[in-house]
Amino acid sequence: MQNAVPMSWYLILSAILFGLGVAGFIYRRNIITVFMSIELMLNAVNLTFIAFSYTLRQVDGHIFSFFVMVVAAAEAAVGLAIILTVFKNRETLMIDDVSSMKY
Amino acid sequence: MLANFVPTGDDYLRYLPEIIMVVAGTLVMLIEPLLGENKRTAFETVSLVAFVAALGAAIKANTIPGASFANMVIVDGFATFFTVLVIGVGILTILSSSQYLKREHAASAEYYALLLFSVTGQCVMATANELIMIFIGLEISSIATYVLAGYLRDDKRNNEAALKYFLLGSFATAFLLYGIAWIYGTTGSTNLADIRMFLLTPGTEHNVTLASTAAALMLVGFAFKVSAAPFQIWAPDVYQGAPAPVTLFMSAGPKAAAFAVFLRVFMTAFQPITSRWEPFVWSSALLTMIIGNFAALTQTNIKRMLAYSSIAHAGYVMVAIAAHNQIGIAAAMFYLAAYAFMNIGAFAVVTHFSRQGEKFVNIEDLAGLGWKQPVTAGLFAIFLLSLIGVPLTGGFFGKFYIFKAALDANMVWLAVLGLLNSAVAAYYYLRILVVMYMNEPGEATLSLQPLGAGLRTTLWASALGTLVLGIFPSVLLNFARNSSALVK
Repeated sequence: MQNAVPMSWYLILSAILFGLGVAGFIYRRNIITVFMSIELMLNAVNLTFIAFSYTLRQVDGHIFSFFVMVVAAAEAAVGLAIILTVFKNRETLMIDDVSSMKY
Repeated sequence: MLANFVPTGDDYLRYLPEIIMVVAGTLVMLIEPLLGENKRTAFETVSLVAFVAALGAAIKANTIPGASFANMVIVDGFATFFTVLVIGVGILTILSSSQYLKREHAASAEYYALLLFSVTGQCVMATANELIMIFIGLEISSIATYVLAGYLRDDKRNNEAALKYFLLGSFATAFLLYGIAWIYGTTGSTNLADIRMFLLTPGTEHNVTLASTAAALMLVGFAFKVSAAPFQIWAPDVYQGAPAPVTLFMSAGPKAAAFAVFLRVFMTAFQPITSRWEPFVWSSALLTMIIGNFAALTQTNIKRMLAYSSIAHAGYVMVAIAAHNQIGIAAAMFYLAAYAFMNIGAFAVVTHFSRQGEKFVNIEDLAGLGWKQPVTAGLFAIFLLSLIGVPLTGGFFGKFYIFKAALDANMVWLAVLGLLNSAVAAYYYLRILVVMYMNEPGEATLSLQPLGAGLRTTLWASALGTLVLGIFPSVLLNFARNSSALVK
């Protein structure tokens, strides 16, 4: 265990993943990809929780990451349903085309 | 500690409002296939009964305050205040929805079930004493509201509102969660009281920077949820696109609950590091007020205008949070209650006026309403005057206490700029009054049907609430003051 991967690596990796998620959310134009970026951010959060939970020798972080997974699944169900209705009404998945209320 | 994990009878009693609403929500969905033609009223009745029962349970729970379920939830005056507020919002939403759903041919069990679940989530947020519970409550409330925002599936604007609300809401949640993960890593706990204890312990100074970073991430999440600048972009589109009764609900319930957790987290757990987050909160408050009020000036769509006005009002509550004292907490509580009444009233008028397919949502369409339906127009005038902050209305005392809290915290310039902003706001609210009373009735006004029973009840109840809070503010303010000591 002594020569395991250091803690900071996990945290840096999760920060990079979170940053990628934010960048994807802002710069991607396809709704599905934007949604995937959000999932990436949530998984970065899970990685952070697990890393901290391991260092602190506590089970709280594990439990929290389970809650995050469950909620992410519920969000995915609702989110994909919403994306589907948008596609049915507009026949497009480009986020710039879904802007009937801008003036 | 182990004995703590077995819930007692009191634990369940403190949690009874949430239990009642979840059971009723499930029940509503279960009975849908069993019912025939006149089903719409049955759903309405079941949900109304559930809300009233939950209201009773919440008031009963206040007689046995304390922490429950191994400190996961806490029932105190603050929690009861917001629980009662969001359940009240739920009741008024149901009353204002029936006519709308009927004319859109969209009455179904899901609407009522989602409303019950959403309010349940908001009650969980109000009573949460642990970051896990805050997250779960926030998500129960948000996910149900995402679906409600896009409730009319075939309507393009509904879809768009739901999509934007969903994407930006989940984005905000991710920030909140990342903040929670870091605060957990820094302090080793997700309990608000434990986090506070950790930050107060001498020798943890080197962790303060990390904790502040986590607080900043959580601030981003909360700012999104309460539509505070610079994270307010979603609000106008979502409020404009969602069905009018859902907008009525979104602008009052989820917002109040989000402010409740915002206040609780930043006034208990992060209270030791106030000097770190306070500059961000006041600058956000200032920016929110300015953006909300100035953008509202140029709007022609009344829903969009009220959305910007709701952003501006979030800014006033942020001023109260920036003041970070007990008067500020009490002022924010009072303001959110007054705001719920006046805003629900205003959106109820929009719900009534918009007609099928929400054809008439421009301010110009309201021309001559004062002559065609004097009662509706009169009540609308009360709400608008309260939104401006004219004396004898709840909005006046709400603003008064908030600016008093800011003055007590030596933020004179913030109070002054807030007051100047209220003056700007008067212009766009008064414009509606001018259109209603000074212009000749147009096609939209002449074809207007009389008010339905549900909407009439909502309008009168909101007007009564607005006026009672304006004439006898001490009734509510004393309760708010007594329950504003969040640090136990």
